[in-house]
Amino acid sequence: MRSTTNSINIRVLRELALSALSSVLLPPNALAEPSHLTVTNIFAPQSTPAKSIFDLSIFVLVVTGIIFIVVVTLLVYSISKFRAKSPTHNSEPAQVYGSTQIELAWTIIPILIVVVLFLATARVLHAVQDAPKPASAVEVTVIGHQFWWEYRYPKLGVVTANELHIPVSDPVHPTPTFLQLLSADTDHSFWIPQLAGKTDLIPNHPNSMWMDPQHKGVFVGQCAQYCGTQHAKMLLRVSVDSPEDFAEWVREQQRPAVADERVAVGKRVFETTACMNCHTINGTVANGRFGPDLTHLMSRSTIAAGAALNTPENLSLWIKNPEAIKRGSLMPAMQLSESDLDALVRYLETLR
Amino acid sequence: MSSNAITIPGIRVEGKPWVDTLHEWVTTVDHKRLGILYILSALLFLAIGGIEALIIRIQLIHSHNEFVSPQVFNRMFTMHGTTMIFFVAMPILFGFANYLVPLMIGARDMAFPRLNAFSFWLSFFGALLLYFSLLGGSGLYGAGNAPDVGWWAYAPLGARAFSPGHSSDYWTLALLVSGFGSIGTAINILATVLCMRCPGMKLSRMPLLVWLNFVMAGMVLIAITPLSAAQIMLLIDRYLGGHFFDTQAGGSAVLWMHFFWIFGHPEVYVLVIPAFAFLSEIIPVFSRKPIFGYPVMVAATVAIGLVSTSVWAHHMFTIGMNSYANSFFAITTMAVGIPTGIKIFNWIGTMWGGRIQFKVPMLFCIGFLFQFLIAGLTGIMQAAVPFDWQLSLSYFVVAHFHYVIVGGILFALFGAFYYWYPKMTGRMLNERLGKWHFWLFLIGFHLTFDVMHIPGLLGMPRRIYTYEPGRGWDTLNLIITIGAFIQAIAILVFLANLIISYFKGTEAGNDPWDAWTLEWSTSSPPPAYNFATVPTVASRRPLWDLKHPEDPDSQYE
Repeated sequence: MRSTTNSINIRVLRELALSALSSVLLPPNALAEPSHLTVTNIFAPQSTPAKSIFDLSIFVLVVTGIIFIVVVTLLVYSISKFRAKSPTHNSEPAQVYGSTQIELAWTIIPILIVVVLFLATARVLHAVQDAPKPASAVEVTVIGHQFWWEYRYPKLGVVTANELHIPVSDPVHPTPTFLQLLSADTDHSFWIPQLAGKTDLIPNHPNSMWMDPQHKGVFVGQCAQYCGTQHAKMLLRVSVDSPEDFAEWVREQQRPAVADERVAVGKRVFETTACMNCHTINGTVANGRFGPDLTHLMSRSTIAAGAALNTPENLSLWIKNPEAIKRGSLMPAMQLSESDLDALVRYLETLR
Repeated sequence: MSSNAITIPGIRVEGKPWVDTLHEWVTTVDHKRLGILYILSALLFLAIGGIEALIIRIQLIHSHNEFVSPQVFNRMFTMHGTTMIFFVAMPILFGFANYLVPLMIGARDMAFPRLNAFSFWLSFFGALLLYFSLLGGSGLYGAGNAPDVGWWAYAPLGARAFSPGHSSDYWTLALLVSGFGSIGTAINILATVLCMRCPGMKLSRMPLLVWLNFVMAGMVLIAITPLSAAQIMLLIDRYLGGHFFDTQAGGSAVLWMHFFWIFGHPEVYVLVIPAFAFLSEIIPVFSRKPIFGYPVMVAATVAIGLVSTSVWAHHMFTIGMNSYANSFFAITTMAVGIPTGIKIFNWIGTMWGGRIQFKVPMLFCIGFLFQFLIAGLTGIMQAAVPFDWQLSLSYFVVAHFHYVIVGGILFALFGAFYYWYPKMTGRMLNERLGKWHFWLFLIGFHLTFDVMHIPGLLGMPRRIYTYEPGRGWDTLNLIITIGAFIQAIAILVFLANLIISYFKGTEAGNDPWDAWTLEWSTSSPPPAYNFATVPTVASRRPLWDLKHPEDPDSQYE
């Protein structure tokens, strides 16, 4: 993956703007903590598409900033210089109807600015959007659902939900991740500001996007296109792993679910209630696809598309009364007895 | 143009029963009364839409707030957007066009007075239909009442699978009905401008306000028809088994987006061109100079009208169009900035060398210039497609278009209110309250919408009813909400001013601003027939010629 950055040679300006912007825009706690957990700042790019956009955005900000200063200076000058001296001043000023030269000038200069901005835009646009997919790319199919994310790795045989795992991409041996974006119901939009711009997931209209983060870490974002009642709690987490960790994660995910005799009661509850209509647990009879795949539920740190931490208490509450965590979610309240609920949660906790 | 344009005042019948007065207003076909009805109904819905905005802002005041449920929040932003665009912005601008265009071209009414009344009542009942959804929307048990599909109603959210009940049908019908009203008014304005001008009022002598409303009316015809077509297709999908937008049956969600934005972007210019029109009348009068570069202003407006019909897909840069389509819509969008820039320069050129009087209408126009400049520049940022992949669908966009609609259009409208209220009522709006209104609204506006850009840059998407703590969005949202309440107070000051001045304002006389266009030659308020004798004009500023016979404009044109 050839870097498309530095198409605009404005390093000095960039440095200046960067420090100014980051002091304004970076939330203070993000500066204090080394973790990227809470950063969704578009001016803190960590992947080539986001960096290309960042460079372009600085260029556009500088150009528009100059236009702003020029026009505001003219405006402020004219309102301060040409204010009526006294309200009783009766004579009219010179009646000027226009000036062809001046009007020509302020037509031609904007045309030139537009041409420059367009060329800079088209260059980055093409570099990001039409980037070829290398053979080493990791492919993931992302399917948007009301209100969660399904991830399928067709080459690796892995299916998971809400928390995406991708490998770090080394610039020397790049392993970018290419996402194919589909939707099972309404429109959604995949947006991790630090990794790439957003791309919509639209039914009957497959889209694609890519990213190649060069550092490990967890990057967050959320659905950006209004998709229904719980659009707000359709959160995204992308875990960027070292190649070894990623390979290990894939191996774990490829295994069928553990069958632990001690939680057979809970397993039976799962298989004999409506759970299995919507959820899949590999290695059992449950193969529903309406809700997230639960085969390795415990490998995820959150439930309900990031709405709550994955703790036994939250899991129990989620099964009993999903409205308490995520109003309007399509998960029904399961109406289980206390003992069945406990057994079910104990069973789910073994799905590592 | 001679002194016979000064007319006898209208005959007032004293002690008329209020039922008769009401009857007169309901059955009126007078363009001035219809204009005022448009404006009053728009003010009513401005208050309602404003309350909806405040509910949205209270909910977002801090993370994980529970002021309203997600369902109610979604209804609020749907109703807020739909109300403000279709039942506030368009009617209020149509109201001013209705009131001013015939007066400014020396006509006694619009070309089709009955069509005019019909159009007003269509759009008013359209608005009532939308709000009737609060009562009649839940056609199914458990289905919501007011529509919650967003004012853009992206497919397939509007399909029956995702919008059961009738709530979104009320949305569809309201837009369809008021859309026909808008088309009627647009045809009326076009016909009036083409056929009803007084002797001597050549196209090249029309006040810019008339020219700009003429272009606006043409754009309404281009913009509203695809929207109406899409609404009919949606109804066919929902009730007659059609599959235009029904993605579950192979329909196309992208088709709806195209239809909606082929309406939606020209619509922005439908709203902003009349705002330009107000500036083009107010700035010259308070700078005591003619508009700088009249022919270029007309040409730039027509250019904006033409180019803006080919920019719609810049609302769709994230939907996965190919890079050629994205490039095309990037350059067309940036190109709109050129004629718009020319306009801003020409307004500054008008002020340059003038004797600027900072009366309230002028203050609002200067506010417009400053804010519209910023709105245009943030627009350029979003035209840079890759940058838009980050900005689109975020709060940056919300800040941008509120900068256009509130910072631009609403400021120009307030200017228009202070400028033409004396003509409409015969009394001046209170200048002191006006200054309070201006400064409070300016502070509230900037507190809200300057700050609102930042959460967008920090990754906050639009249309979310709540958000996670720890993203750096809490404080910003608190400030935004405070600003919203300051704006609400300013609006209350404005409404109070409208009411108090109606009863206690100083008498305006025919021509309080020493202005130059024909509406100031008749009484305030003008009689039903506008002009006792139809005026004759010889230049763009007939009243200047009248007041300065030694140096008339007609000498130079």
